Amino acid sequence: MSLEVLWFVLVAVLFIGFFFLEGFDFGVGMSTRLLARNKHEREQILTTIGPFWDANEVWLITAGGALFAAFPSWYATMFSGYYTLFVILLLALIIRGVGIEYSHHAKTDKTKNFWYWLFFIGSLVAPFSVGMLFTSLVRGMPIDAKMHLYGSFADFVNIYSLVGGLAVVLLSLVHGLTFIGLRTTGDIHERATSLLNKVYIVLFVGEVIFAVLTYFQTDLFDVRPVATPVLLGLTVVATVLGMLYANKGREGYAFTFSGLAVAFVVAMLFIGLFPRVMISSIDPAFNLTIHNAASGHYTLSVMTKVAFTLLPFVLGYQIWSYYVFRQRISPKK
Amino acid sequence: MDVLVLARIQYAITTIFHFFFVPLSISMIFLVAIFETMYVWKKKKIYLDMSLYWGKIFLISFAIGVVTGILQEFQFGMNWSEYSRFMGDVFGAPLAVEALLAFFMESTFIGIWMFGRNKLPKWTIALSAWLVALGTSLSALWILAANSFMQEPVGFKVENGKAILTSFTALLTNPQLLVEYPHTIFGALATGGFVIGGISTYNLLKKRNIEFFKKSFNYAMVVACVAGFGLIFSGHTQAQHLMKSQPMKMAASEALWEDSGDPAAWTLIGGIDTDKKENKWEVNIPYLLSYLAYSEFDGSVEGLKTLQAKYEKLYGDNINYIPPVKTVFWSFRIMAGFGGLMVLLSLIGLWFANRGTITNQKWFLRSMTGAIVLPFIANTTGWIMTEIGRQPWTVFGYYTTAQSVSPNVSKGQLLFSTISFSSAYVILTIIMIMMVARIAKEGPDALLKEKLDTKVDLMDKEAFEK
Ligand code: HDD
Ligand code: HEM
Ligand code: HEM
Repeated sequence: MSLEVLWFVLVAVLFIGFFFLEGFDFGVGMSTRLLARNKHEREQILTTIGPFWDANEVWLITAGGALFAAFPSWYATMFSGYYTLFVILLLALIIRGVGIEYSHHAKTDKTKNFWYWLFFIGSLVAPFSVGMLFTSLVRGMPIDAKMHLYGSFADFVNIYSLVGGLAVVLLSLVHGLTFIGLRTTGDIHERATSLLNKVYIVLFVGEVIFAVLTYFQTDLFDVRPVATPVLLGLTVVATVLGMLYANKGREGYAFTFSGLAVAFVVAMLFIGLFPRVMISSIDPAFNLTIHNAASGHYTLSVMTKVAFTLLPFVLGYQIWSYYVFRQRISPKK
Repeated sequence: MDVLVLARIQYAITTIFHFFFVPLSISMIFLVAIFETMYVWKKKKIYLDMSLYWGKIFLISFAIGVVTGILQEFQFGMNWSEYSRFMGDVFGAPLAVEALLAFFMESTFIGIWMFGRNKLPKWTIALSAWLVALGTSLSALWILAANSFMQEPVGFKVENGKAILTSFTALLTNPQLLVEYPHTIFGALATGGFVIGGISTYNLLKKRNIEFFKKSFNYAMVVACVAGFGLIFSGHTQAQHLMKSQPMKMAASEALWEDSGDPAAWTLIGGIDTDKKENKWEVNIPYLLSYLAYSEFDGSVEGLKTLQAKYEKLYGDNINYIPPVKTVFWSFRIMAGFGGLMVLLSLIGLWFANRGTITNQKWFLRSMTGAIVLPFIANTTGWIMTEIGRQPWTVFGYYTTAQSVSPNVSKGQLLFSTISFSSAYVILTIIMIMMVARIAKEGPDALLKEKLDTKVDLMDKEAFEK
């Protein structure tokens, strides 16, 4: 495997990690309004992600850093091209991070509620904008010969990207509710499952629409005639199994499958892209690929050594921290 | 205003805000880690209270440090895409390593430190605090490695109009990094020292929790004093290094239009006229500039006009290579002046603390509280001098700021982002200052009361039924 391919895979893995981990954080954030009924319940479900959410967000920061280091032109074209979407994403991440942290320090119910609202809004807007970003990316963008992206409104906001944004929101919500099922006891635990059943129905419909639109709006089925349908199918299977296990009370399995569903969708998008990293709707010759967007061999090889030395430690202590906080969170008496 | 100006304004605003919180986070967790260690060692409850109380301020600062930091990373791609293309090969690597090595460590162990107290032994909590502290200083190291490259490019070649890294070791042993890193870390430590010191004297003045705040004050003053001397020495080495690496910045920070005499006098203050390229009046201290530049009492320093002529030969003659002189000149004076003031204050503080008479010195207690602003202003002006003094370059000698900006971002977009980010940041900063002020007023008692109020802590063992 060439270093460019390896780093494409690593970037994809980082994004999958981000969607998997931060996905349930987003879902928990949405649940503060959709599931929790009062401040005690809100506090209870926020405690389930309290020690983890920041490290989960670092997956996005690392993905961004890896993109910058391994594929500078991908980073430059995408971040400047998707300017407004990134502004919205950043604002959402800002209010979300401050919301959860400052709710700990709030004195009155009113201020606490204010921070909870910020956290909720951020948790809703962030996955939606990331979803829009990646779906419109595989659809193709007006990128010129100099790798500059000059998009119009319809390039960013169209039926496919809207459904894509919604799909990521729903996947995150399902994943978050499953996580709450896994990490809590008491009333909220029961209600999480019943809400989950309703959201799963919407998600199934969403997945079908998404699959159909993918067929008509992108070239993923032509480029990967096997992988794309297989991964879309696996996504549906994973969600079905996730729902079944959630209803049986086998929460560990339910969580695994809701997470796999997220992973399969993201994997499908990246596999469909490869070896391109950004698709030009003007001329395929203007596509950004892992070759014309990548850093030099020396940088990639240094980074490979650093990454593979550090990764075991990073994964090790993150898993340990989940182990430390493994007990379920009960309602406050 | 064109896109370039807006992008620069946005960069300056967001980065200055980020660096408002960063030094506070770096130093507060360092002090908290010390308190945690003392708690393990001496087993006295006061150390736990100190760690929890000052830890609160750390958490408030850290939260904003995190959210403003994400923007810092994304901003290079959003506003400076051409710079990112040019520099990605060199610049991306330290940024990625920073995330992998430092940010994961910080964010994971901060969770352990915050929520793990009732689940893990004391020493594990202390160790977690140290790991967070290590994470913050490592993160500073990597980002400053990237910044140092921009000040003094090393270990690379230019190929097809792009900077290509040839030596990772050179990037990490960049002489600029070796002087910049200690100076920035000392600047951070001074910040925490003065924040804890100032809040402590405020409460001592009100005669509240005397024992708690006296003890905190002692620790803070030791750190502030060491950091203060460290700042002056490391600042001096920086100035000497600057003479060799960026003489133009040095000349600008002295408003030295013509070559100096030998020995060179240091201008304390002056009336600068950038249009006529001269100073209307100045107050000079003889010999001092020679000493600052060479550690000797002779030697002359090249002036801005001479350097402009030199640079025109080197880099082309259609660019003004002189950075905004007034900004650089006054930034340097504020930073260094505050540095001297901080050393003085911390020495007096240590003296009184040692004699045990601190509570009687009303004027001093008041001054210390006011002095909280000093390190923040000094840190900011230091960076303004460093970064604006480098203009018109982003990568010194290779790439200009004008080349760096994204060509495909419109004025409207930039206006929208600049306004939304700045207003979000201003609001957050006001809220943060209000929160810290409230914590300062309430003192550690409120913390204990809080613990009694919430009878069952959600993360307590008793809270788990099974
Ligand atoms: C001298 C130190 C220093 C400097 C110059 C900068 N930062 Fe910073 N940054 C830190 C020191 C730091 C820190 C101490 O590690 C922070 C502050 C609070 C925190 O959470 O970590 C941080 C947070 C932080 C985060 C969030 C990390 C997280 O979620 O844990 C990001 C993505 C960045 N920074 C990126 C940047 C970029 C791209 C900068 C360049 C313009 C930059 N920082 C300047
Ligand atoms: C955290 C402390 C820092 C502060 C307060 C700071 C502040 C500033 C300021 C005031 C400018 C000049 C704005 C202008 O004249 O246009 C600037 C420019 C710049 N700095 Fe920094 N800086 C900091 C750290 C860094 C670091 C660590 C990097 C890179 C790793 C960096 C990269 C840049 C770039 C690319 C520019 C050029 C863009 C421009 O000119 O606006 N800065 N910075
Ligand atoms: C009296 C003493 C001081 C001297 C002689 C001094 C000297 C310098 C010099 C020459 C630079 C520019 C380096 C460059 O552009 O390459 C600088 C930057 C800086 N200074 Fe100072 N300084 C002093 C005090 C302080 C104090 C008290 C603080 C903060 C509390 C501080 C914080 C900074 C920061 C954050 C920077 C920018 C980052 C860097 O380049 O290290 N300095 N200082």
